[in-house]
Amino acid sequence: MNFRHSWIIALKDIKVFIRKRTVLYMIVLLPLMLSVIFPLVIEFAKGGGITGPYLLTLLHSFEWFFVIIPAIIPAPIASYSIVGEKLEKSLERLLATPTTDGEILLGKGLAAFIPTIIATYAGASIFMTLIDAVTNGRLGYLYYPNWDMGVILLLLAPLALLLSIELNIITSSRVTDVRAAGQAGSLMFLPFIGIYIASEIGVFTLDTNNLLIIAGVIAVLDVVLFRISTSLFQREQILTKWK
Amino acid sequence: MIDTENLTKKFGDNTAVDSVTLHVDEGEVFGFLGPNGAGKTTTVRMLCCLISKTSGNARIGDYDIGRSEDALKIRRLIGLVPDNVGLYEALSAYDNMDFYGKLYDRTESQRKESIAALLKMLELWEKKDVPVATFSKGMKQKLAIALALVHDPHILFMDEPTANLDPEAAKTVRDFILDLKKQKKTIFLNTHNLDEAQRICDRIAILNTTLRAMGTPEELERSVRGKVTVIQLEESNDAVLAAVKKLKLGDVLAEGNKLTISTANPEKQNATILDAVFRAGGRIQSVNVVGSTLEDAYLKLVREREKV
Repeated sequence: MNFRHSWIIALKDIKVFIRKRTVLYMIVLLPLMLSVIFPLVIEFAKGGGITGPYLLTLLHSFEWFFVIIPAIIPAPIASYSIVGEKLEKSLERLLATPTTDGEILLGKGLAAFIPTIIATYAGASIFMTLIDAVTNGRLGYLYYPNWDMGVILLLLAPLALLLSIELNIITSSRVTDVRAAGQAGSLMFLPFIGIYIASEIGVFTLDTNNLLIIAGVIAVLDVVLFRISTSLFQREQILTKWK
Repeated sequence: MIDTENLTKKFGDNTAVDSVTLHVDEGEVFGFLGPNGAGKTTTVRMLCCLISKTSGNARIGDYDIGRSEDALKIRRLIGLVPDNVGLYEALSAYDNMDFYGKLYDRTESQRKESIAALLKMLELWEKKDVPVATFSKGMKQKLAIALALVHDPHILFMDEPTANLDPEAAKTVRDFILDLKKQKKTIFLNTHNLDEAQRICDRIAILNTTLRAMGTPEELERSVRGKVTVIQLEESNDAVLAAVKKLKLGDVLAEGNKLTISTANPEKQNATILDAVFRAGGRIQSVNVVGSTLEDAYLKLVREREKV
């Protein structure tokens, strides 16, 4: 595996995304909006008499969105990674270069991973700073940084992001038309929404231990999916069966 | 440089390429002619290790297309101009070329040098920083060829490089291919443009799932019918027709005042024919030697296949 080739492909894809403004907006807007909206909700709910324990529960709910965000954002980038090459009819030329399937897939994955994780961390930084600003008076201490958010940002967000990218790449390299890739790719965040709802209705709590268990499960899924994605990426099928 | 032996590709029950055996020499421009769906692109894709072969063998240089460990070496040796230009429209011409140069592990100085040389040669240097989306079809096609050459490959596979181009752009591309020929590049040219094949190819193969014929353009022309001598007489004359037939040089066809004689070697036999015409009392208005064209050969060979 020549990692330099993957890096070259990733940098090219990122350059293309930056030129395509709509993709860039999709990456930046969601984390930015949520990082501002959530603190505003806390601030405006002050008059509603949110008590300390309820405030903490609310903050806990908001934190999970920084796992959902990286599962949502890469959908357009990752599904575009293979589909886009096919759309621009550049895939045949790319496949004719001395690069392996693994190098191409890793490059495509990095292209989706890097901007998404940067946007997620930037959004989380704004979120934590604003939350600390609006809750410090009520709690009497700075709520962030804390262990839960550490696990979410350093473990769960990157792992969920990898899972979403892999599922999107698998989908986009298997389906035979562009719209199908986009539609299938956009459903990848549903399991994370499911976990959020389960925690909200009390099936389990998203405490540090459970977050670590979820991270472990996602890590295993990531490894399995990476193997599946490399075995399913078949040059011949992509070249000859795509419409 | 390129050798195939009974190379075959099947997609399910459909045979796209059937037992193709050919050899392309180093520095040769080899034309691969055939109608749409004849298997030309499939053959190129097999030779470029983009799709697998079903059976048979093929070698590019010293490497076997059937060996997975040779695939990367083959791809390093070749350049591919696909039937679709395959450019990143949002990127500039320079960025497109630089990307592929990097994937072929060219150093920065090598990339700069080859990109500048190719873009200047193809008259794209002035537009090097402009997004490709703004390029005309001809400019995109020229850039597509430049991309395939950024790593200075020994062998170039070109799939319909002048399709959909206006005559001026097509001429620029053809001239460029002739320049590459002077540089001793081996060029495998897929085309259904007979005129183009005749002008730039050293040898031509005609494919319609199976290989129908292979040879120089002249050999293929001769393979259909050879040449005919057409004699226009002042008036028709049975004695002249009988005299020419008596020579038994080939088929003789009389249409009004015109005699058409199929001959193996008109340059040598015409003197005998004309002597017989004079002796039989024929008065000659004109004599022409007419050869068959590559188009005649192509149509005959392709239709033979269709009849099968």
